Amino acid sequence: MFSNILIYFVVIPVIMLAGLGLCRNIKQIRAVAVAGSTALLALSVYVLVEYLAIRATGNNDPMLFTGSWSWFAPLHINLAVGVDGISIAMLILSSFIVFAGSFASWTIQQPKEFFLWLILLSTGVFGFFISVDLFTMFMFYEVALIPMYLLIGVWGSGRKNYSAMKLTLMLMGGSAFLMLGLIGIYYHSAPEGSQLTWNILEIAAYDAIPHGWQQFLFPMTFVGFGVLGAMFPFHTWSPDGHASAPTAVSMLHAGVLMKLGGYGCFRVAIYLMPFAAKELSFIFLILTGISVVYGAFCACVKTDLKYINAYSSVSHCGLVLFAILMLNSTAMTGAIMQMLSHGLMTALFFALIGMIYGRTHTREITQMGGMMQIMPYLSVCYVIAGMASLGLPGLSGFVAEMTIFVGSFKAGMAEYLAGAGSLKLVFTIIACCSIVITAVYILRVVGKLLFGPVYDDHHRTLTDATWWERLSTVTLILCVAAIGCFPNFFNNLINTTFTPEIFRVLGM
Amino acid sequence: MDYSQFLAMKQEIGLLVVFLLVFLYDTFMPRGAQKGLPVFTTVLMLLITLGGFCSYCLAPSGDISAFAGMYATSPVMAAIKNILNVGVVIVLIQSIKWTNSEAMTMRRGEFYELLLVTLFGMYLMISCRHFLLFVIGLECASLPLAAMVALDKNRYESHEAAVKYILTAVFSSAIFMMGLSFVYGLTGSMYFNDIYFALTAECNTMLVMAIAFVIAGIGFKLSLVPFHLWTADVYQGAPTSVTSYLSVISKGATAFAFLVVMSQVFGALYSQIWEWMLYALIILTITIGNLFAIRQRNMKRFLAFSSISQAGYIMLGVIAYNAMGMAALMYYVLVYIFSNLAAFGVIGAIENATGKVSMDDYRGLYKTNPRLSVAMMLAMFSLAGIPPFAGFFSKFFIFTGAINHGTVAIYVLVLIALINTIVSLYYYLLVVKAMFISDDECVVPTFRSACSERLGLWITVGGILVLGIVSFFYSSLLDLTAVSPMNAFFIG
Repeated sequence: MFSNILIYFVVIPVIMLAGLGLCRNIKQIRAVAVAGSTALLALSVYVLVEYLAIRATGNNDPMLFTGSWSWFAPLHINLAVGVDGISIAMLILSSFIVFAGSFASWTIQQPKEFFLWLILLSTGVFGFFISVDLFTMFMFYEVALIPMYLLIGVWGSGRKNYSAMKLTLMLMGGSAFLMLGLIGIYYHSAPEGSQLTWNILEIAAYDAIPHGWQQFLFPMTFVGFGVLGAMFPFHTWSPDGHASAPTAVSMLHAGVLMKLGGYGCFRVAIYLMPFAAKELSFIFLILTGISVVYGAFCACVKTDLKYINAYSSVSHCGLVLFAILMLNSTAMTGAIMQMLSHGLMTALFFALIGMIYGRTHTREITQMGGMMQIMPYLSVCYVIAGMASLGLPGLSGFVAEMTIFVGSFKAGMAEYLAGAGSLKLVFTIIACCSIVITAVYILRVVGKLLFGPVYDDHHRTLTDATWWERLSTVTLILCVAAIGCFPNFFNNLINTTFTPEIFRVLGM
Repeated sequence: MDYSQFLAMKQEIGLLVVFLLVFLYDTFMPRGAQKGLPVFTTVLMLLITLGGFCSYCLAPSGDISAFAGMYATSPVMAAIKNILNVGVVIVLIQSIKWTNSEAMTMRRGEFYELLLVTLFGMYLMISCRHFLLFVIGLECASLPLAAMVALDKNRYESHEAAVKYILTAVFSSAIFMMGLSFVYGLTGSMYFNDIYFALTAECNTMLVMAIAFVIAGIGFKLSLVPFHLWTADVYQGAPTSVTSYLSVISKGATAFAFLVVMSQVFGALYSQIWEWMLYALIILTITIGNLFAIRQRNMKRFLAFSSISQAGYIMLGVIAYNAMGMAALMYYVLVYIFSNLAAFGVIGAIENATGKVSMDDYRGLYKTNPRLSVAMMLAMFSLAGIPPFAGFFSKFFIFTGAINHGTVAIYVLVLIALINTIVSLYYYLLVVKAMFISDDECVVPTFRSACSERLGLWITVGGILVLGIVSFFYSSLLDLTAVSPMNAFFIG
């Protein structure tokens, strides 16, 4: 079991948990957090290199590094792991954000408990991305959700009790639907006479879920994961939750946890039930289309920095689900790029907001101004994050959104030319409008917050970033720029996922 | 009469020996040695628990029937008895502090003797194959409990609870026996097997009444809604150790007995008559239990309503009507014993030290008593079904077992149950919120709980962490039930 490299994505966090339990002071806690997150980062880079090397030899299996160990044998539940290009992209994203998040919470109160919960959350996240067994996947999914309650409730700010409860209950509500969907998939996973299975690859290979059941189970799983992906109208936990959460938790939540939703929608709902995905995608296209535009409009009118960013997350994550539903490999590549891009840049945003808030003690943009004169380093970082968000070429947002819209347009035209209606086309055009709205709210914040006269003279005494804050932000900015400057590398990585097997299953 | 038949009842006889030894100890030991009684009982109970796991000792080696088919035992029945034994050992460990307190000096023996008698009654309920024995078991398991509830004899609530309990218990037995008389009138027999074969899928009004009465009678003991009205008051009034015993052991035993009765006596009428009765009862029980739990401020009342809704989840194992459901039910009871006893362990420790049982007193508990709060949090997470704690697995498996049945109606039922888990998560999180998030000064001072209480909590917390992740427990239960001849009674 321990000869499989992927297992260490779960083993390292568990060792970190044990290590934290033994820590006596803040220095040891920091040491454990930094050592652990660096190890995870190194591991994910190593897996990436190995993965590409194996793919370069012409290996076309749907998943690599697969392993399966029996767990609850009578129910055919295994601890099955495996990765493809998409999971590797997500693992790298997660490890970068955990790394940056550890530095962003350098001076947190009650550090031991905080890091315990944070690491438990990352255990769930990493476990989710390496699992190919529905049961373990679901278990890790819930492991990742519950620490949020205490992280927001204890270390949060503002209406933290309300937000923490709302977030937990809504996400768990989603997972209730999900649980039913997954059990249903299990009971229809194999054709008559074969052994039932929870393994995603086997279920996809059997392709045995009856079409009638797909139409029932697909909405269950898609909504279940869609809640975490902040799909309209299930997005309301996101603004409140993000606004109340402490910095590192916002980073991890917007950066990684919301990606669980998109990833799950792709890996479970669409991959296992392609028939229903085609039949019912119009409902969810409409909902996600609304997410994209509605989130952007909301961000235009909010004055709290975290709310603005949370609504922008709703908009960007909506775009991820939107692109996945296009069932087109270009759009899907774009969706994964968008997950990476959004994860990194939102984490950057939340880190910066946390740093600004830590100095000014306000997040209202009406209470601040002229930050460029006071803390130039943080302000420049904020501008870079903003530019990435509104899709400036050379940064990650441009690459992702460009790919998504090209793919969606392709899918829409194909549908239109086939005489199947113009819904996809219309919603692609509507979703495109969000680019403009994004520019409006980003520039509004940048103009008000960073430039112009200094609003409050007390702010003049504030200091610029410390070394750990610089490390955290530089890491993220480098990643954002890397995706923007070398999109081909990521494109190729994600494309390795689209093996003939996937094309067969999805019928693309 | 062939006296070797008594050898079939090894577990019951073991328990009876323990009872006699405890009785003799209580009666004849000098005053000074009386303080040793709790440890003495606990050790003896631990011994027969261990014996129950060992097939050379007390566990039956196969399916045995004795006394002209009135009594039967099998590895599955031995397993549920072992599960109950484990729970009883934990309850005994947790209650050592309380029974050794000043107020209990004169009544220490009673507590243990009554407890062992009720456990004996539960054994009979599980193992009987004839309704006469079942009724004896049911009474044996109910009436002494009323005396146990009244053990705090200087407290008004304790009396009220005891009276409430005995009245409902007697009333429910009456209803139950009314149902039995109908069944007897229809079939002319009290043997499970005879009734099963006599009732072949012919549905008439009398039969519907009979089954409704039987379900109502047992439903009282399981505190299914609408037969739950005694639960909250009794749980609140009874001493905490008795409440914990009542909520896990009594409930677990009755749930299994209910499964046996429904499948092996009325199995042929599953889809005609009682599937829909149970369907409605489950929805009512889970929903109403959950909704009432939200408003409770007293921790014992709170856990009473939470245990009502948990009983609804346990019933999913009955309505599943297959071997998987039976295994899931047993596993659920096992996990529920550990989770609920962890919660009661914390409540009991705090009550013994400070006398406080209100949820408001738990505000900020983490600052003064971090270990107790963590134990309570794990118990709440496990009851709510959060992974990686055992409660998640038991919930998941009981849902899987139910859905194995395959009808759309069952999917709807499971969906309702799942939505209810969100409601339950809300009130379980209220406790976590009070302990961890609230900024108030805690009224419970820092204290060191007694050695026995800590031992009990370590065991239960260990169980919460291990029972789920280690697949051995559930897999072995499933293997056990898969080969059990009881499966012959499950249709389809």
